[in-house]
Parts: sequence; C-alpha cells; structure tokens
Amino acid sequence: MIEMQNLSFGYSGNDPLLADLSLTLQPGSFHFLTGPSGSGKTSFLRLCYAELLPTAGRMTAFGQDVRGLDRDGIAALRRRVGVVHQDTQFLDHLPVAENIALPLIVSGEPVDMPALGDLLSWVQMSGQARAMPPELSGGERQRAALARAVIMSPELILADEPTGNLDWEMSMRLLQLLIELNRSGKAVLIATHDLNLIRAAKQQVQARVLRIAGKRLQLAGADL
Amino acid sequence: MKKADLKSLDLAALWRGLTRPDPAGHDRVVPPTGFTAQLTVFSAGAMAFLAVFALALALATGRLADRWSSELAQTVTVRISAPEDQMDQQTRTVMEVLQTTPGIAESRLLPDDEVEKLLEPWFGPDVPVEALPVPRLIEVTEAAEGFDAEALRLRLQGEAPGAVLDDHTRWREPLVSAANRLRALGLISLALIAAASAAMITLAAKAAMAANGQVIRVLRLIGARDITIATAFVRRFTRRAAMGAAGGTVLGMAAVWALPSMDQAGGFLTGLGFQGWGWLWPLLVPIAAAAIGFAATRWAALKILREVR
Repeated sequence: MIEMQNLSFGYSGNDPLLADLSLTLQPGSFHFLTGPSGSGKTSFLRLCYAELLPTAGRMTAFGQDVRGLDRDGIAALRRRVGVVHQDTQFLDHLPVAENIALPLIVSGEPVDMPALGDLLSWVQMSGQARAMPPELSGGERQRAALARAVIMSPELILADEPTGNLDWEMSMRLLQLLIELNRSGKAVLIATHDLNLIRAAKQQVQARVLRIAGKRLQLAGADL
Repeated sequence: MKKADLKSLDLAALWRGLTRPDPAGHDRVVPPTGFTAQLTVFSAGAMAFLAVFALALALATGRLADRWSSELAQTVTVRISAPEDQMDQQTRTVMEVLQTTPGIAESRLLPDDEVEKLLEPWFGPDVPVEALPVPRLIEVTEAAEGFDAEALRLRLQGEAPGAVLDDHTRWREPLVSAANRLRALGLISLALIAAASAAMITLAAKAAMAANGQVIRVLRLIGARDITIATAFVRRFTRRAAMGAAGGTVLGMAAVWALPSMDQAGGFLTGLGFQGWGWLWPLLVPIAAAAIGFAATRWAALKILREVR
C-alpha cells in the first residue's frame, strides 16, 4: 500500500527532519505513530498523501512512485487515502453534510443520500447535518472530519492527533470508530502522543507502534 | 512546481467544464464572493458600454473615410473663369478636351440652378447667379482606370487658359487622413478597453482565489483535481463578465440608437452609429467579454494553483 525505502525528508536542504525511514503499510494494518512534538509526525503523514515529497530515498503509494505522479495523479492518490487533519479543515460556507460529501462532489461521483445519512448516523452527527462548521464543538468537528475521510471508502486512513483536543470519553468514541474501520479492512495510521489512547486501542486491536526519534523511525510497541 | 504540471488546465478541458451543466454543484465549493461579484459585473458592464461607443466611432469613421476617399477620388471639377465674351467658347473647348481624354467616364456642365444651390449657404436663397461673375463648373466622373491629371492640366492650360482642373487632392487627403486616424483611435480604444477589462477581471479573479486560498488547499487535500477547482472559478467569472457586458452592451446600443439623426446633428456627427448589419457588431462585445473573463481567470487560476500542492 505505502512503501518507504531509506526515505529522507527535510524542509531545508542540509538538515533533514526525517532520515533513512523504511516502512511498509500493509492493507488492514493498524499503526500508531508517536514521538515528541516537532519530531516530524505530521510531516510523515503529509508524505503519505504526497503533500510533501521525499528529498531522498524512494516511496511508492499503491504501487506508484510518488515522485512520478503529476497533479492529477496526486489527486487520485488522495481519493484513496482518507485524512483526518489535526486542524479539521472544513469549508465554512457549506453545511456539515455537504462538507462530509465534498470528496464525492469534487470527484464527480453521485452522492447517495441514504448512505450519507447512515454515515452521519455512524459518527453520531445526524442532528448536525445542516449545521455550519463553525457551530460544531471540537469532538463534533473530529467526527465530521472522520466521516469525510471515509466517505470515498479509502484503503488507508491517516489521522493526525485526532483526539488532541478531546476529552477522554470523546477520544474513546473516536477510537472506536477507527477500530471499526480497521475491522472492515481499512489500514489505519494514527499520529498521537497520547499513550493512554494507544494502550486502550491495543486491548481491542493488533496495533503496531512506530516512534520517530532522532529523525529515524523505530518500532516501539512492546514497552507500551 | 512547473507550469507543465498543470496540463489538466488546458483550454479544451476548461471549455468542456465551462459548457457542461453543473448538477453536482461543483461551483458551490467556492464560497460566494458578493462584493467582488458585483464589482466584476459592474466593471464589465461599464467597459462594454464604452466598447459599444468605441465600436460605433470606429465603424462610422471607417465609413466616412471610405466614402470621402471613393467619392472624392472619382469626381473632379473643372472651373472656368474667363472674360464673358470667351466663356462659351472656352466651355465648349473644355468639354471637347474632356470627351477626348482617356479615363474620363462622364463630364457634365453644372446648370445654373445647381450652382445656385452650391452658393446658397454663402449667399442665401434666390441668389442672382447670372448677375455675378460666377465661374462655370464642369463635373467630371473618372472611369475605373483613371486619367492622367497632369497631362489634362497641361492640355487645358494650352487650349482653354481660363480652365482650372481641381481633383480635390489638396483637401481630400487631410480629410481622409483625419477620418482614418479617428478610425484608428476607435480601434485603439477598443483594444485598451479589452486590455483594461482583462486586467480588471484578472485582479478580481486573483483576489477571489487568494481570499479562498484555504478553500483551494482543502479541496486539493481531499482529492480535487485542478480542473475541478479552476472550473468553479472560471465558470463564475466568465458568467459575471458575460452578464455585465450583456447589460452594458444593451445600454450602449440604446444610447447609440438614441443619438440625434444625421439631419438633426447638423452634419458633424454624420453617420455616428450603426447601420444595417452593423448593429450585429456590438453583439460580439459580451462574447469578447466572456472570452476575456475565461482567459483572465484561467491565467489567475494557473498562478494560484501553482502555489498549492
């Protein structure tokens, strides 16, 4: 699905933020990505959906070298990867339901209204379908972002600190949704520094924990 | 990112996006930009109004230049000023010379009543032409192949010393030149209006796209192709430009139609306006405005999208 070989990335030429990363994300896998703030977790995720390109090494996504993708190719890749962004970006002039359906709309695919209703119900947002994004609470925004991330039925779901601003109860609710998606065959990668969340997940799902330390990716897990 | 990476924004793809209906509501992904929209419509309307006048000016001066040029080029006058006892003789001689000169289709001695009409603006009605030392006038119509004016002038000088050939060159040239310059001014005005419209729409489109930078970024992140994003903006601005220009054109045509007629205008504004099929020309203005809106917004979209991965 996603394969990285000796991948490096840096915003400035001489000082890489991430160095010599090698990783394979398999279909149906569940990964956590941890590391201190500023270690490059978000940059790692942005590499996965080609918002950033590696400065060295090789990375393929769904069998294609990301450096060889043109802009339409990148758009096609992003339709296969659902992303829950840290800052849950919505279009504030559209109601929640339309924001969630946005990936379908921009892909030119028809919006199946009953399916959209089911999705809203799944993330417990049926009552907020017509609400505008600024009216939503933090937890509602995260759940709406998750619904938008999965509406295209992507093969891989990336979540960047999805529970960062949520209380524990809401974090667990969101985690359950991600676990359900994983059980339906989706690969999930969650960047977080919340060790309690990782422990809670590991009780229900076989999750591997990756840690970025010293610019490199390490397999953690056993000590958590 | 290179410009070539944005190849999906080629003109054909954009045009298809523009002409296709939008049942999926692609355009709604771009927030409404009320004030920018109104400004674009108003500016396009004002520019179209001015364009109609510039077009009318260019067409009218073009017609004027052509008319003066062709009419005056084909008519020549011979003026005979001779003592009264020689007048008839010299007139006959001149007529014979003219009839035997190659390149002259027709020569006609103006009768007294026509001369009287010509003098009427200066002397008033009922001028006693016969009591005045008025020269005889012969109107000469040139044949298509033309004649040698210098040779005719020399011949007249020898056979009828009181005859002067006036081929209007002296005053025709500056008039035609002035009309041609006016026509050029009209065309330059049209070009300037088109350029100003393009600049205005580009600025409005760039402002709208810059204000929606976050929207564009979100759309790219969820997998929108450049063509989808650009079409939403291009469609909107092309429609605004076309709508505004259509309104301005209608007003401009009405204003031209309401101009004083040729007689009322006393000759100065002779022919300013459209004639016959010429009324169809202004209908091109909204089409041109839409084309300018299309091209200007595409250019702005290319610039902004290049900055977003």
